Formats: sequence, C-alpha cells, structure tokens
Amino acid sequence: MKLDSKIPEGPLAEKWTNHKDHLKLVAPNNRPKIDIIVVGTGLAGASAAASLGEMGYNVKAFCFQDSPRRAHSIAAQGGINAAKNYQNDGDSVYRLFYDTIKGGDYRAREANVHRLAEVSGNIIDQCVAQGVPFAREYGGTLDNRSFGGVQVKRTFYAAGQTGQQLLLGAYSALSRQIGLGRVKMYNRHEMLELVKVDGKARGIIARNLITGEIERHAAHAVVIASGGYGNVYFLSTNAMGSNVTAAWKIHKQGAAFANPCYVQIHPTCIPVHGTNQSKLTLMSESLRNSGRIWVPKKKEDAEAIRAGKLKPTQIAEEDRDYYLERRYPAFGNLVPRDVASRAAKERCDAGYGIESNATHEGVYLDFSSEIKNKGKEVAYAHGNHNPSEEEIIKLGKQWIEEKYGNLFQMYQKITDENPYETPMKIYPAVHYTMGGVWVDYNLQSTIPGCFVAGEANFSDHGANRLGASALMQGLADGYFVLPYTVSNYLADEIRTGKISADLPEFLEAEKSVKDQIEKFLNNNGSKSVDHFHKELGHIMWNKVGMARNEQGLKEAIEDIAKLREEFHKDVYVPGSAEELNPELEKAFRVADFLELGQLMAMDALQRKESCGGHFRDEYQDAEGETLRDDENFSFVGAWEYKGKDINQEQLHKEELKYEFIKIAARNYK
Amino acid sequence: MASKSININLKVWRQKNAKANGAMETYKLDDVSTDSSFLEMLDQLNEQLVTEKKEPVAFDHDCREGICGMCSLFINGRAHGPETGITTCQLHMRSFKDGDTIYIEPWRSKAFPVVKDLVVDRSAFDRIQQAGGFVSVNTSGNTIDANSIPVPKQDADKAFEAAACIGCGACVATCKNGSAMLFVGAKVSQYALLPQGQVEATDRVLNMVRQMDEEGFGNCTNTGACEIECPKGISLENIARMNREFLKASSK
Repeated sequence: MKLDSKIPEGPLAEKWTNHKDHLKLVAPNNRPKIDIIVVGTGLAGASAAASLGEMGYNVKAFCFQDSPRRAHSIAAQGGINAAKNYQNDGDSVYRLFYDTIKGGDYRAREANVHRLAEVSGNIIDQCVAQGVPFAREYGGTLDNRSFGGVQVKRTFYAAGQTGQQLLLGAYSALSRQIGLGRVKMYNRHEMLELVKVDGKARGIIARNLITGEIERHAAHAVVIASGGYGNVYFLSTNAMGSNVTAAWKIHKQGAAFANPCYVQIHPTCIPVHGTNQSKLTLMSESLRNSGRIWVPKKKEDAEAIRAGKLKPTQIAEEDRDYYLERRYPAFGNLVPRDVASRAAKERCDAGYGIESNATHEGVYLDFSSEIKNKGKEVAYAHGNHNPSEEEIIKLGKQWIEEKYGNLFQMYQKITDENPYETPMKIYPAVHYTMGGVWVDYNLQSTIPGCFVAGEANFSDHGANRLGASALMQGLADGYFVLPYTVSNYLADEIRTGKISADLPEFLEAEKSVKDQIEKFLNNNGSKSVDHFHKELGHIMWNKVGMARNEQGLKEAIEDIAKLREEFHKDVYVPGSAEELNPELEKAFRVADFLELGQLMAMDALQRKESCGGHFRDEYQDAEGETLRDDENFSFVGAWEYKGKDINQEQLHKEELKYEFIKIAARNYK
Repeated sequence: MASKSININLKVWRQKNAKANGAMETYKLDDVSTDSSFLEMLDQLNEQLVTEKKEPVAFDHDCREGICGMCSLFINGRAHGPETGITTCQLHMRSFKDGDTIYIEPWRSKAFPVVKDLVVDRSAFDRIQQAGGFVSVNTSGNTIDANSIPVPKQDADKAFEAAACIGCGACVATCKNGSAMLFVGAKVSQYALLPQGQVEATDRVLNMVRQMDEEGFGNCTNTGACEIECPKGISLENIARMNREFLKASSK
C-alpha cells in the first residue's frame, strides 16, 4: 500500500483554488447516468447527498435511524466556527487555520486545514440562505461567542442547539432533493459490506432493519459519512446507535485506517452515576465562557463533600483551587479540551475529586462568579447603580438562563440538582474521534471510488479537535469539497454504464453477510451483546483512555483479543433474521468495535510520544504537559488490514510536512 | 441526591409486526435505580429478558439526551411520561415509586402505524418536509454574505423557537384528532418568520398542508394537548400562524 496524499503544489492559500480549477468535470447531461451511494445522513452525509443530488447525479442515501434528521450531528450543542471576523477581533482565514493546526497539536495536514478555514465563511452564508436561525444581535446581525483554544469570537450558534439547527438545514436541502426524485432515501437501513469490482468501490450490501431483507445496491462511487467510533468505550456522549461498522467494513476491504488512538475526551460531561448507565451527557463547552472550574484545596474538604457532610457552597473562596486558572492564566477555563480533561484527571487522581461515586471522579463547574458579575452589569445597564446583593443575584440568574437555559434544565433533569444554586458536577467523557479512515486531499480512501467525509475520516483535527470545529468540517466536506472531488473521479466513469448488482462480487458479499447473520442467530451462547460491549468499554477506558502507558496498552491488546474470541463463542442473539431485531444490529456493531479497539491500543502503543488527546504517561514534561516527539512521530499512522488477526495489521506512515507554519510546543499558559 | 432502588411492575405493549395483533404483557422488574433514566430501565428489562432467552422489547431511541426525537412511548397514558418539557429519554425513575405499575404503549395514531412492539413508523413527517419544508437554494459557496440581510432579533428568536421541534410526534400521539398541525405549523412558521422563506411562502404552505392531509392526519380543534406534551414547548401560536399563511396563500 502506498499513501499518496495528493496535496497540490503551490502556495498554501492558493492550493485549493488552483486544484479546483483543474479538477475534471462531468457535464450536466452525463450526470443522470451516474449513481452515487452515500452512507450516513449527518452533517457530512446529508450535505453531500443534497449537493450531489442538486448537481444531477442519482443519489441513494442510507441511514440506520427512522429518519435522516436523527443523525447524531443533531446533538452538537455549542456552535460552528467561521473566519468571518464579524466581531472585529482580528480574525482571519489564516488565524482559524493556525488555531486549528495548533489545537490539533501539529498532527494535521496543513493543506487540508487551510481549505477548511477557507470555506468556513461559505458555510455560514449557505446555512443562513437555507433559513437556519442562528442567534442574532439586536441590530439584526449574527452573534458570536468564544470557544476553547482561541482568543477571538468566531463561533456562530443557535442557543445550545447549533448542531440541531445545522442538521435540520442540511436535512431540508436533502428533503428537497428526495421530493424532486434526485435522491432516493433508505431509512432504517444499515450498511454491512462494501462491494468492490476490479478494485473499485461499486456498491454496498445493506440490511433493511424492518424486514431484515439483505439488499444489494450498486453505484459508480460510494461516500461513507457514518460518523465516529466513540462508542467503542460503551459509555460516551455518542448516540446509542453510533457505530464504526461502515468505516470498519471498508477498512477490511482495503481502506487504511489512520490514527485510531486519537480520541477526544470532553472535559465537561455529567459524571457516571451507576452500573446500569447507558450513556453520558455533555454539558456544552460554551459553559466554560461563564463557569469556573474548581476542586477543594484541602483533601479533607473533598472527603467531607463526598461523604455528604459539606456542601460546595460552604467552601470559602480561598479554599478553592481554580486549577485551570492557576495553571493556564492566559487561557484559563478556556484551554483546549484535552488540556482541561487531563487537568481534571490530575486533580481527581491526586485525591481531590468531589463525586460521591466509586471512583470519586468529578470536579465543579461554578457559575456563582458569573451570576454576580452579570447581575451587576445588567443592573447598571438598567440605571440601577446601587443594586442590592439580592437584586444582583436575581438579574444574574436571569442572564444565565437566557444564555444557557436549556443546558441548565438538562442538567437538573438528569442530576436532580439545581445548578443556579449549587455548582455543576462534571467529569471528562469520550466525545469525538479524530482518527478515522485515511483519505487523501480529495477525501478519497485508499480504495478508488470510496470517499470518506466528516468524523468518519481522519482528516482535519490532528490529535485534538477544537470546539465548534466538527460541525464546520462535516459541512465543509459535504457542501464544498466532495461535489468537486467526487465529480473529478466520476469524469472517468461516464462510459462505464449502469453497474449491475447481480455481479458475482455482489452475490458473494451478500452471502457472507447472510452467513454472519446465521452464525450470530445460531450461536446460542449465554451472554448478551451488551455484556461484551461493557467489558470492552472497561478495558478501553482503563487502559486506552485519558492516560496510557506501555504496560497497560500491551495488556489491553491481549485482553481485547481474548474478549473478542469469547464474544464469538458465547454471545446470545435472540430473535430471527427476518424482522426488526435490535440485538442482531448490536451484535454486528460490537463485533467491529472489538476489532477496532485492539487496533486503537496498538496505535497508542506505537506512538511513543504524547500529543493532543493521546497522552502517554512516559512522555510528559516536569509540569505534566504533553511531550511531543516531532523528530520521530510527525506522521499520520495509517493501518492496513491483514486478515483476522488484528495484530498483523501493518503500519504505514504519511510524513507531515510543515512548510508554512513553524511547529512549536503548544502553550496555553 | 439520594439514589435508591425500587421494584416495579410493567405492562408493555407487545406486537410482533405491523400485521399481527398486539397485547399488553406484564413484567416484574426489581432493583431499578432511581437515578436510571426510563430507557435505562427498559435496557434493564431487556437484559433480563435476554438472560431468560426471551425476546426483548423493541423501542426507538438514539441520542438519549432529548434532541434526536427518536424516542417516543406513551407512559401511563401520557406522551413521554408524567413530567413536562422532556422526552422519554430524559425521564428518570425518580419520578416513580416503589411498587408502581407502569403502562407503556407505542404512539397511537392512524398515520403512525406500529412497526413492532413500541416502534412506530413516522415517515409521514419526512414526506411532509419533502413537500415543501425547505428554501430552494442550491449549494454554491456564492450565496450572499450571511450578514447582508439583517433579521430582527425577535423574528430570529421566534423562528428558532419554532425550529427547535425535534419531530418526535408526541403532538400527534396525544391529539384526540391525530393532528400534525403543531409539527407542520412549526416548520411553516420558521420560514414565514425569516426573509429567506418569503419567496416560496405560498407554495410551501399549500404543499405541506396537502401532504399532511394525504397522510391521514386529523385537523386541529384547538384543544392544546399538543402544546402541553411537546417536549420542546412549541407554542400553539405556530398553528395560528400556519392557518394565516394558508389563508393568505389560498386567496392568491
């Protein structure tokens, strides 16, 4: 396998424009002769399917949910970045590019990230034109807020529901094309295999989740936009159905899988409450604009809190350790996610955690300072220059409610505690995966005709993603990159003619899927799919989690291989093949997670450095910060599948060249 | 927050598929943590059923944080259960007492046929959206600058409130007429309140209402149950606005 990133020549700021100008085109009259399959209908998939449909291609789009509008992009809360500089704080395409490269700890491609920053403004224009109701100022212009790892306000938002509004915008564009007959939508379908003919991606095998029917779908190109693999940890902020299956199936067919060890652990999630918990809930990063993070300075206070003998509000200001403000005065509570998460872990490991669960893992996110500050500001703005303490608090709470009302309500529903009165309890949780299918500059995988977009690819975030950049990347890929690069590929397919789904390759793939289903249903083991998924999650969180080391990773590799064997021997899948069977769906997904989990541990083991979300205990400086090794590890690690034994996967390296910015240690102090 | 365990009885609607007849089945479930969400309680029931080699209960769910709109369920006769302003996945077992019997049914409406057990088919909502729930603007990268048309904050805020609909279908399920007018009204309102939606306003409302009628949804008789059960607090005002838009469009 040879990795050719196909990064265009020329000055950074001209690469994309020049490249676009020289890509091949497909004439409008030829487009209806060409079929494209899009798997996944989140921001990347829906925007790609809609745009390709508008161009005149025949698009078939697939999602496992009951409607494309439910894809997990919908749950993104905080916002979307764009270099519009509407706030006149010195923002530019270059700065967004630079912040993203730095935020990713210098492990992303310069050219891809610059393109992302270039099209970021177009995304906002496109979404507003679609009727996406972003938050606005009283003058009628768009409002912005600030996010972690940056010193400008470039984040566009719609309350705490930005992902929802952007996805519904993409869904509306997709719906229009479905209505016009340009896109055929397959709801409640799951892709279970990629079909290659003569080395090219030519279609998929999908299961109709309602009838259980196994379907063969042929096309000239396949786009995978199936999201990230955070659910390998069982507990994460991902939706229950989020899975790696589509991405993993193409990996097994020859697509390299890059940087699987890069996982984002988000600092502000609601802590774990018990063993029957099914998922973790995020509290938006935007809250760090107003909340201050702390733990008690004294261990005995932390112990008293955990024992229920002391309340956080009873701890005096001087006895609180605002550890982010202490360690990172320049960025304070708005350091990037990986930094904030590790700092929370450091405090809890040292015995200052405040949660009264088994692990004591929890810290405070406190709004009392902001309530006072804003309350005073509002009082002054209303002409009251001598407000009482009571008035200040009341006005401050109102201000908070207006900004974050839905998040505060969500928190209260889950925890039964009122965050206006007592600080929120938070702890890091698995949230996003920077790793994914390796793609070149055109977002094409190592399988010709198989493109990968959004969180499913590895492309733009290096070793750590900045807040409000996932939505940007999903829509950039779908609206503004794939329509050009997929067309370039299809320009050579206008003479191919219809691809038949009756080719032997399709029949063979169909049979292998059916065999696997039969195998699961006849396995007659003794344990549920969830049992194995939870076990896998434990291994991953404890040994391939926020801090990793050689010994733990080696153990994880063995533990997971063993668990995988046990799974295939002893899993019990009830029901039949010809009906809605959620246990069977889960079995397929967990089978893939078990393989991926092992590869993640292998990737983390080979990367003998700390960078972004990947932290190795062995590689840290005296202050506990990540210690990168640019000389030996400035590469993308792309793995090639070599058969059933995951240990045999072969690592290929794509050297990362920094031609335009100076690579430096990340410093948020 | 004192967490404790309760024992409960469940009466769950079981139905093999769309064509089969369904019936209520009784289950007993012990040691349910009051910190568990309602869906985690159902996970626990399913784990118990799988262990007994029985078929688990099928129910729709995905994000489990109240935004994807996938979860449904009629719980003790109410859409999304006894609390207001939340979806089923945000309902917690602390809302129930030890020894309670809880009735769980699927959405009940002609336009939402049962697929299996508690899962229903809500694709009618997709088809209504496809009939006109969009602005016809192609992807280009050359649309005008996002700030070139100022939008009054109060209009943008109201459009957002309407657009916050998650398409779960609680409004239909709870309506005695099986009406989808809160759902359609919210979508029509979002575009009616924004300058971008004006060009196609006439066709949009006529097409969406036509599709809504074809799908077999009933009409609104101003009871207001939908507004009460809507997890996102979508206001009845949106139905009034849709009616106004419809009248305006019909008289053109």
